Amino acid sequence: MGPQHPSTHGVLRVKLKLDGERVIGSECVIGYLHRGVEKIAENRTYQQFAPYVDRMDYVAAVSNGLGYCEAIEKLLVVEAPPRARVIRTILTELQRIASHLLWLGTHALDIGALTPLFYCFREREEILKILEKYCGARLTTHAFRIGGLQYEAYDTFEKDVERFCKDFESRIVEYETLLTNNRIWIGRTKGVGILTAEDAIAYGVTGPVLRASGVKWDIRKAMPYAAYDQYKFEIPVGTTGDTYDRYLVRMEEMRQSRLICLQAIENIPPGPIMAKVGKVLKPPPGEVYHAIEAPKGELGYYVVSDGTVQPYRVRIRPPSFINLQAFDRMVRGHLVADVVAIIGTIDIVLGEVDR
Amino acid sequence: MADEPKESQPPSVPMGEKPASKPSPVSTPAAKPADPGTQATPAKPPAPPKPPVGLQTPLNNEMVARYRAKFGTAIVDAIEDRKQAILVVESGRLAEIALYTRDEEKFEMLSDLTALDWPKREKRFDVALNLYSFAKNERLRLKAQAAEGEEVPSVVGVWVAANWLEREAFDMFGIIFSGHPDLKRILLPDEWQGYPLRKDYDILQQDTAWVRENLGIESGQ
Repeated sequence: MGPQHPSTHGVLRVKLKLDGERVIGSECVIGYLHRGVEKIAENRTYQQFAPYVDRMDYVAAVSNGLGYCEAIEKLLVVEAPPRARVIRTILTELQRIASHLLWLGTHALDIGALTPLFYCFREREEILKILEKYCGARLTTHAFRIGGLQYEAYDTFEKDVERFCKDFESRIVEYETLLTNNRIWIGRTKGVGILTAEDAIAYGVTGPVLRASGVKWDIRKAMPYAAYDQYKFEIPVGTTGDTYDRYLVRMEEMRQSRLICLQAIENIPPGPIMAKVGKVLKPPPGEVYHAIEAPKGELGYYVVSDGTVQPYRVRIRPPSFINLQAFDRMVRGHLVADVVAIIGTIDIVLGEVDR
Repeated sequence: MADEPKESQPPSVPMGEKPASKPSPVSTPAAKPADPGTQATPAKPPAPPKPPVGLQTPLNNEMVARYRAKFGTAIVDAIEDRKQAILVVESGRLAEIALYTRDEEKFEMLSDLTALDWPKREKRFDVALNLYSFAKNERLRLKAQAAEGEEVPSVVGVWVAANWLEREAFDMFGIIFSGHPDLKRILLPDEWQGYPLRKDYDILQQDTAWVRENLGIESGQ
């Protein structure tokens, strides 16, 4: 299957071993989008590399940028000012909703429900408009800088976010009307691609996939970063770890992200948006591992400095790559038609798998 | 050789420094020797012994004491860097220490496994494992040094997640993990020559034969 199959969301090739219609084994062939991002990092300065991270998970560029900037800040032992942290949180949560909307639209499309795609893209457009107004770009945004932000929030920023959040509440209900109790949807997703909690942990699976298996773990709560410690939100968890549970978890996550945005715009603290960092960044020698809860799971940056202007090594721990590894475990025993549903439910972005 | 990829960089150093004219007494003299220095002396020595600047301190807590009691000299070093715990262990006993780390110290999840290359060091590679414990809500980094061609015991038997991660480390650094069920390239084509993330791999002289044959162009650059 693949690499040019429409359901693979990029260029993923899956070798399937079949017994009639049933899958008895699988092997993922990846690397079609490999660009050597980690090698590029070693030949750029810290600031020069920042835009490259947007090209990994290109549907959630803001989250990638947040992880990278925070990792370098940890390496430099500086902290972004409170105002920058709150604005970062708002934009990242909007990006999470946008990423989940894209997942919902395409995942439903793969399974045969055409309508949700149009609904999802309608709302995603509103988020991209906010991002565009904020920094001029819609997808590969490079919204943050090491040490804080380059741009102050624009005049109607709070109003735009608030309007979106107000509208969005009823929009989620629309998606759920189409899918949650839909008999075909339930038939195609319930009991498909079950991943137990033990398996999920052994495979290193993170993000909504792990939570749907019943593990209540979210880096935003476990090791708070940005401004997440200031806001109240729930971590939705599933029970069986099937495709339907993962659907429910992501739907609830969008609701929680909306609540975080609403709490955050209530009180954006005044003050500077940039910490005092030099124009030339020379982090003291040493190393740091910093992980954030990206829409797909744990996005980690392991950065090693040797005291020069260029990173000695930047290792990116991509959630999609590691979650995709559990695909083989999830797909065995299912029908060929379910393969499409399982690829969709892991929510991979091949730009991040291959880097 | 190791510094060749860096040669393209020094021009950008003074460029970035121009706007920073205020702190120039410190930064401009530092940049000047870097410019001619690229030819004669390495501008960026990848010397592994890093000067401690107060951010790295020796780590001496109960957990390290337990490790030392159990494994003795196999625990080469224990340091804390920016409040993150790092255990440097003997590479030959990595799998055994990993199993203990998972079962007794409750680091159930392997977040990441990767490698580092220090070409001037006697044992040039570092294999680094980033672990997470749900029970303690803590992270731990295990590091093992390995020489070129030296086999490192695979930890796939401890954490299944290591399968693709070790394949990637093999793909990019050429580190052999003994006991891995299917050690082959993962991101690069199977017939690719060389290991790109090694410091002596020159990006301008990449696998031109493969590029010419498969892409029909002279060079990927």
